Amino acid sequence: MVDLAAFASMGAGGADAAMLIGAVLLEAAVLYVGYGALEQAFGDRVVKQLKGE
Amino acid sequence: MEILGLSLAMFVLFIGFGLLIGVLFGFFGMGGSFLVTPALLVMGYPTRVAVGSGLAFVFGTSVIATLKHRDMGQVDYKLGILMIAGTTAGIEVGKEIVLHLETLGMAGSIISVTYVVLLGGIGAFVTYEALRGGDDEGGIDHDAADAEVDADDIPDIAKKIQSYRVPPMISLRGGVSVSLWLILAVAFATGLLSGFLGVGGGFIRMPALFYLIGVPVPIAVGTDLFEIVFSGGLGSFLYALDGGVDLSIVLPLLAGSAFGARVGSAATSIVDEDEIKVYFGLMLLGGALAVAVREIGTVYGIDVLNTVSLVLILGSALLVSGAVVYSSITALREDGQSSSPA
Repeated sequence: MVDLAAFASMGAGGADAAMLIGAVLLEAAVLYVGYGALEQAFGDRVVKQLKGE
Repeated sequence: MEILGLSLAMFVLFIGFGLLIGVLFGFFGMGGSFLVTPALLVMGYPTRVAVGSGLAFVFGTSVIATLKHRDMGQVDYKLGILMIAGTTAGIEVGKEIVLHLETLGMAGSIISVTYVVLLGGIGAFVTYEALRGGDDEGGIDHDAADAEVDADDIPDIAKKIQSYRVPPMISLRGGVSVSLWLILAVAFATGLLSGFLGVGGGFIRMPALFYLIGVPVPIAVGTDLFEIVFSGGLGSFLYALDGGVDLSIVLPLLAGSAFGARVGSAATSIVDEDEIKVYFGLMLLGGALAVAVREIGTVYGIDVLNTVSLVLILGSALLVSGAVVYSSITALREDGQSSSPA
């Protein structure tokens, strides 16, 4: 849902809002990479353990 | 001890809550704002902060879950972009219908009844279909996401829709070919319902992608998540403009859900497709019951029913996410036993 009025009047508040959403995106990216590295390091071991191998 | 202005207990609670939602989000492609916003409201956060922070959290989780589904070849970007176009137009029309009903003073009751009927109806239909067709063996072959989908796996309604060869025809993942106009029509209809009900619409879009367009369930989940990245990002940005996004809520929730989304996404490749549908259906039925209880509480002024509603939502979320994890572990154990030498 695109609220054009909100975009038109965003000004400096728009930069702050973009920073906030950017922070969420950054955390998502860091977590994706971080948990991905953990999965690569321990994922197979955990799956093998669950499979009882 | 405080972290980001929250007590340690609250911080850990948010991480745990995020983990629970992440499993559901990664597994079904839905369930974010449906769970977070009511919980934050009950915890005493203002509506603007509850909705805005819920949307920001949904945005972050959908980014992570989409990336994970992309790794498994379960995101159809072409279909996702077409769905975004059709859904956006539908949401605008749905919003206009709500505004018109508000002038007639009928919006609240019509929306509540539609929400409960739709949520319960889809839940009952999906559960019934899954239980009726539950003769498949094993999980889904995600390495063959681009391979032709078995005709027997395509629902009858989707076969009918695919039989209308109105050009241009669009080829989708899973070897499915559907008219552009029919994709846009389905997207518009789901957007209209989403705008009318004021919800993200994952619970409408995911079954619509499977039952109406005919894409396999894992691709329906991945593509739905891809669309939520855009709707969640835009929605949270608009709320952030009014100071509605509180990072002390979003950051710990996201830390938990990032892990949960990985578990949930990975589980879609382990758990049987019919089991996914049964869990999805049960989750929706629990949600429908919770919304009905909340509405009765609002109409008759019984405050305790709001808490009962939240307990029902959280209870069904906990139960279903627990069942997803349990089914995954059981499937892995069975796989291990069948592959080990006798």
